[in-house]
Amino acid sequence: MSLWRFLLRRLWQMIPTLLGVVLLVFVLFNWVGGDPAYLLAGKMASPQALANIRHQLGTDLPLWQQLLRFVQQIVTLDFGNSWATQEPVLQIFRTRLGPSLTLLLPMLLLETLLAVGIALLVAAFRGSWLDRSLMVVSTVMMSISLLVYIIVGQYVLAFLWGWFPVKGWSEHWSHNLTTYAVLPILMGLMVSVAPSVRLYRTFILDEINQDYVRTARARGLGEGRVLLVHVLRNAAIPIVTNVLMGLPGLLTGAFLLERFFAIPGIGREIILAVERSDFPLIKAATISVALATLLTNLLGDLLYRWLDPRVHLD
Amino acid sequence: MLAWRRLRADRVGLGALGVVAGYLLLSLLAALGWVAPHWEAEVGSHYAPPSWLGAAPSEAPWDPAPQSHWPGSVPLYGLQDPLAPLLATLGPPPGGVLAPVEAPRRSTLPLGADKWGHDVLAKVIQGGATSLQVGLFSAVLATFLGTLMGALAGYFGGRVDDAFNWLYGVLTAVPYLLLVFAIAAVLHQKGTGTLILILGLTGWTGVFRLMRAEYLKHRLREYVLAAGALGAGHWRRMFVHILPNTSHVILVQLSQNAVGFIKSEVILSFLGFGVPVDAVSWGRMLHEAQNEMNLGKWWQLAAAGCAMALLVTAFSLLTDALRDALDPRLKS
Repeated sequence: MSLWRFLLRRLWQMIPTLLGVVLLVFVLFNWVGGDPAYLLAGKMASPQALANIRHQLGTDLPLWQQLLRFVQQIVTLDFGNSWATQEPVLQIFRTRLGPSLTLLLPMLLLETLLAVGIALLVAAFRGSWLDRSLMVVSTVMMSISLLVYIIVGQYVLAFLWGWFPVKGWSEHWSHNLTTYAVLPILMGLMVSVAPSVRLYRTFILDEINQDYVRTARARGLGEGRVLLVHVLRNAAIPIVTNVLMGLPGLLTGAFLLERFFAIPGIGREIILAVERSDFPLIKAATISVALATLLTNLLGDLLYRWLDPRVHLD
Repeated sequence: MLAWRRLRADRVGLGALGVVAGYLLLSLLAALGWVAPHWEAEVGSHYAPPSWLGAAPSEAPWDPAPQSHWPGSVPLYGLQDPLAPLLATLGPPPGGVLAPVEAPRRSTLPLGADKWGHDVLAKVIQGGATSLQVGLFSAVLATFLGTLMGALAGYFGGRVDDAFNWLYGVLTAVPYLLLVFAIAAVLHQKGTGTLILILGLTGWTGVFRLMRAEYLKHRLREYVLAAGALGAGHWRRMFVHILPNTSHVILVQLSQNAVGFIKSEVILSFLGFGVPVDAVSWGRMLHEAQNEMNLGKWWQLAAAGCAMALLVTAFSLLTDALRDALDPRLKS
């Protein structure tokens, strides 16, 4: 019962934030952005052509009517057509979601498994040379730009050694997953694993000094069992929430990876839209990503409560 | 000064501080034009390799204008040149064909040259100056905004707090890079100043959260209440009494934001949404390097990548050291 009340109240609290995002996007694109008719009509447009475009876009209406139209678009999920290709925006997102997920889901899974594994290893040997050298390596790996990894990886692994295709995408997701997505995932992991390892190491070290761990050791349990069963189960709480909270941030890495490896995903589409000043697409993307972010945050809170009954939501 | 003594005892932190200070000094000198002022001069041959590799052996030097191109050698494909009789009366030009006058280009440079023969070393230094300038100024702007809003929200609470929290919620609901992209799409004029404004106006959220928490904690402390009893106004209490006690948060955030914004600048410039085309920055160098890599010319990529990695590592280590030195309670 209290769960439903909590859920309802959180959803209710989301509304002002979401309205704020809508207002922000509206101010940016309908006010700061200036008159898009000049953008669309090209150079040397006649006044009639400009007026015609303005009428079609509705930018000749007063601002409050434009805002109303925008809200109506969001509620009905009909964001209109892309200015560049005339394809419906919703259609673009639907067809680009598959490639993005093919890239991002395995990456997220591998990143979490690798980071937890390395963090456990490092925590088991805390203070030793292995711990210190791995921490130094991860600091250095974090500092190198994703751009450098991508350029060097593409040249050396794909072009010189021919282990992977340099870039591309096919129709079948299984073929994509085993051929085209491997190198981008690898490059993405190069930058994303290191910060996670550092964070998860502190989570695990926080648990390792607790009384229950000492009790488990006193009962004669092996160090492996203590780490994998007792410590990991408690450290999993912040780890799981961290993974969930990081979901929207995955998009950031996807921008560069999808662009470089010519993967027809959402990130690449957004960059193309920025290059072409394709306002409807960027507006729709910003609103939907904001909604997704708010929902994953809520999911994270719920999961936290489920994993740790001591947490009271209010 | 206790903090400074603690920082001095931290060898890693001191080394990081030295590296960062070195970069800052070099960038300042470059911005003033005392170091590497002529990065745009085409001093080397095309893709001249780094000196320690030796000159590229097989490539024949490019001959600007072969002498044989004077009329007579132009292929006419069996047609009669209608101007031939006229040209015959003119005779050859007095000084022969004019070769373009240019200084001899060097076949190697300390860190090699790019496609046009620009010195990569000069480009790295000037590019670093641009990147650091963007990173530092936007970090100052973001920290200033975050501190001001966090102070107002935390100190006054109530409606003011609600309003700023709403703004914070709105800005954090959109992933940072997507927000920056959206603004870049709307603003058509590119420039270093615009970039600093975009990054600063969107990047204050982290500082805001921390400063708000600090002010919430401090506003009911006895020293603040005492200041109020002595007649100090709200502004005086906020910025003369409380602010110095939060300086550790501000300093650490400044350093952390600078690294983040330098990384953002590189990504944005790389994608073409950042600094203008006529400026040089590490992001633009990586952008050029992307095509050079296909030809196997790796030196510009290596130079920009290493320079950036060293600075980011040093800055991160400095941030950690600052945090340890300024807030000893954190260290267990």
